[in-house]
Amino acid sequence: MNETSRDMDTAKADGTTAPVACWLCRGPVAAGALFCPTCRAVQPPAPVDHFARFGLPVAFDLDENELDRRYFAVQRQLHPDRFATRTARERAVSQSQAVAVNEAYETLKDPLARAEYLLQLHGVATEACQTISDPELLMEQMERREALSEIDTREAAEAFLDAAGRDVAASLATIAVAFGRGDLTAARRETTRLKYLTKLVEEARARRARLGGRPEAPILKTMPR
Amino acid sequence: MKLLQIHEPGETPLPHEDERGLAVGIDLGTTNTVVAIATNQKAEVIRDATGRALLPSIVAYRDDGVLVGEPARRELLENPGTVVSSIKRLMGRGVEDVKALAGVLPYELAPAAEGGMVRLKLGDRVLTPVEVSADILRAAKSRAEAALGRNVDRAVITVPAYFDDAARTATRDAARLAGLEVLRLVNEPTAAALAYGLDKAAEGIYAVYDLGGGTFDFSLLRLEKGVFQVLATGGDAALGGDDFDHAIAARLLAERGGFVDGGDVKLALATARLAKECLTTQDEWQGTLDLGGRLSHHRLDRVTFEGLIEPFVDRTIAISRGVLEDAGVDPKSLSGLVLVGGSTRVPLVRRKVAALIGREPLADIDPDEVVAVGAALQAEALTAGSDTLLLDVTPLSLGIETMGGLVEKIIERNTPIPVAKAQEFTTFQDGQSAMMIHVVQGEREMVDQCRSLARFELRGIPPMVAGAPRIRVTFAVDADGLLTVSAREKTTGVEAHVEVKPSYGLSEDEMARMLRESIEHAREDMERRLLVEAKVEARRGIGAVRSALAADADLLSREELAEIEAAIARVETALSGHDRDAVNAAAAELEKITRPFAERRMDRGIRAALAGHRIDELGL
Repeated sequence: MNETSRDMDTAKADGTTAPVACWLCRGPVAAGALFCPTCRAVQPPAPVDHFARFGLPVAFDLDENELDRRYFAVQRQLHPDRFATRTARERAVSQSQAVAVNEAYETLKDPLARAEYLLQLHGVATEACQTISDPELLMEQMERREALSEIDTREAAEAFLDAAGRDVAASLATIAVAFGRGDLTAARRETTRLKYLTKLVEEARARRARLGGRPEAPILKTMPR
Repeated sequence: MKLLQIHEPGETPLPHEDERGLAVGIDLGTTNTVVAIATNQKAEVIRDATGRALLPSIVAYRDDGVLVGEPARRELLENPGTVVSSIKRLMGRGVEDVKALAGVLPYELAPAAEGGMVRLKLGDRVLTPVEVSADILRAAKSRAEAALGRNVDRAVITVPAYFDDAARTATRDAARLAGLEVLRLVNEPTAAALAYGLDKAAEGIYAVYDLGGGTFDFSLLRLEKGVFQVLATGGDAALGGDDFDHAIAARLLAERGGFVDGGDVKLALATARLAKECLTTQDEWQGTLDLGGRLSHHRLDRVTFEGLIEPFVDRTIAISRGVLEDAGVDPKSLSGLVLVGGSTRVPLVRRKVAALIGREPLADIDPDEVVAVGAALQAEALTAGSDTLLLDVTPLSLGIETMGGLVEKIIERNTPIPVAKAQEFTTFQDGQSAMMIHVVQGEREMVDQCRSLARFELRGIPPMVAGAPRIRVTFAVDADGLLTVSAREKTTGVEAHVEVKPSYGLSEDEMARMLRESIEHAREDMERRLLVEAKVEARRGIGAVRSALAADADLLSREELAEIEAAIARVETALSGHDRDAVNAAAAELEKITRPFAERRMDRGIRAALAGHRIDELGL
């Protein structure tokens, strides 16, 4: 979980960094290269930010199809399946690469995670473990929560989810505008709101599930009676 | 960093074509096992001499030997007490899990210590599910070897996507006992999607509905241009056609009345299965049950049958709907739904699935064979190379126990694998030198509602005031879905000593004993595998030096070059022999001799970078 902060400490995105030694042939490899140019051995993940891992600009606005395209292209080269018959060390290095790529993909794909990560990159702390300090936001969330607790039909849950879904979309637009303007204070405030909206959607889904009669989550049953 | 492995680490040897046998795909099912092999992206199911693809997952332990498949099924009538079926349902299960079933299970459980792995009692024998599964895998291996005329020693083995860590580990251990190197554990629905997608060049969002004998999986995948990306998966590791059989058998036994023993249950289940298969095509079944010389006649019509199994089918539909809702996918918008597993032949299942997605499901590849076909395709892809990419996810969340028996999730379900997440822990009391970490798997909030995977004891924490130590514990799930945990104390760099107690696994001692007892893994065989591994490493080392020489030989004097060539020759000499120590020593010597060469290459690389050139511009 602290991978990200460690990544940022050593991240240098200015291109001409000193080469590093290949773990196998010990010759020079350009920083960030996936393979040794000499012996073709797969290299461990470079300490770069999640955007740089896919060669994407550091920005909230992101073309998800482009992200997918690059993710697939990178995984095609690095996934452990490509190294199933290689040496144990190469398999281990490929796994560490695939782990880094998956972490970057998971973070960038989800807009809330992306917003929080961007704030982190900019050195702005998000309200991860704090209570809501913004009175307006606090009031809004209390009202929504109360409304949710009164829902007693699946239809009402659906309607609530539709409204919450629209709010999430609007919140995302607000965040995009704030990041676009470089207004980190506004971005942070709205990201906190999005976090609570997302939680609300999750709870509404769970409620809909209970009303719909399906189990909240697939539960492991031990055996047939 | 001290690595502690709940699972056998990738102990798989490194194959080199000329020393390796063939790689197959095996669908190790609850009811049937299927083995297939692929060449040039065409997979073929391997059949026995009579043309049957399905190897019944039934084992009979007779005094004069072990029977697997059809012969074991026949034994069911003669000596039901020696026969084991549906063992997959007990893979990775603990004694507690199955306690509720005492008297209902078609086999006797051996008394075992609390919290350990289940053991079966058959006459004088006590067997673990791992050993029974190994016997089935051995039969599959022999069948493939007989048909192909070559040694088969590697396999992709499929597991239900919803199998937890303990069940996956048990499967892997079983393969190891059977003398098979597991190239990859692949989730059954993913294998089915691979077979289907490659065959039909399918693109879009597909669902796989997999109802086997004992497990149910529902997976959503995105298919496009050779990419198979699992979006979400859900299921129940103990729900399947067996439940249908149990429901029918319970009805038959109730109609009969009277005392019932374990052997009677087995026969009633066998009769129930016949009734189920009959009712898949007919509207009515009639039959007799002959238990202990007393005959009883029974009749079951389609409507009654469907009433008996409807709760189970409804549950699969509820799980499917949940996965679709979680992923935000409208069932009506699916590009298709692939049916997998023999139980999807039951008409009620097809009707309910069709109602869910608003159209007929796809079943044009035999639902009994499609998983093995996918596994074989993946086995070929892993050994011969391929452009297809399988991106799978963790089926269940992974967490640790915190204060008050609550679960803190470390890795959420449906996270792409491989994945690694780290968590920091600290001490509670001054001078505390050890702590217990309890790893669980599941979606519930309370520890006792999740599955216990392992307890770790972190020891050797340097004495500090409470809250000062920083113990970083890393949880990693590899591409097989298997968990590894490692730990390190950060402030002092002291590695914490960790003791692993897998909750339901075999202990290292047990595994070692079983390996000793198994013919396939005599000591010489282990040694041979280690030799193969050492040779592959050494060959890779020579390859790396040769590449470096091709690029930078000008950095060496004639004498130095000759010295390196001589060292390479010594490794090659060792490679032609059978002495592992000689191979390792020669490889280490080569590495030592080439060290100054490597340093000069680095210097050149750094100078080039400083001069503003990129290394690849130098034609390296």
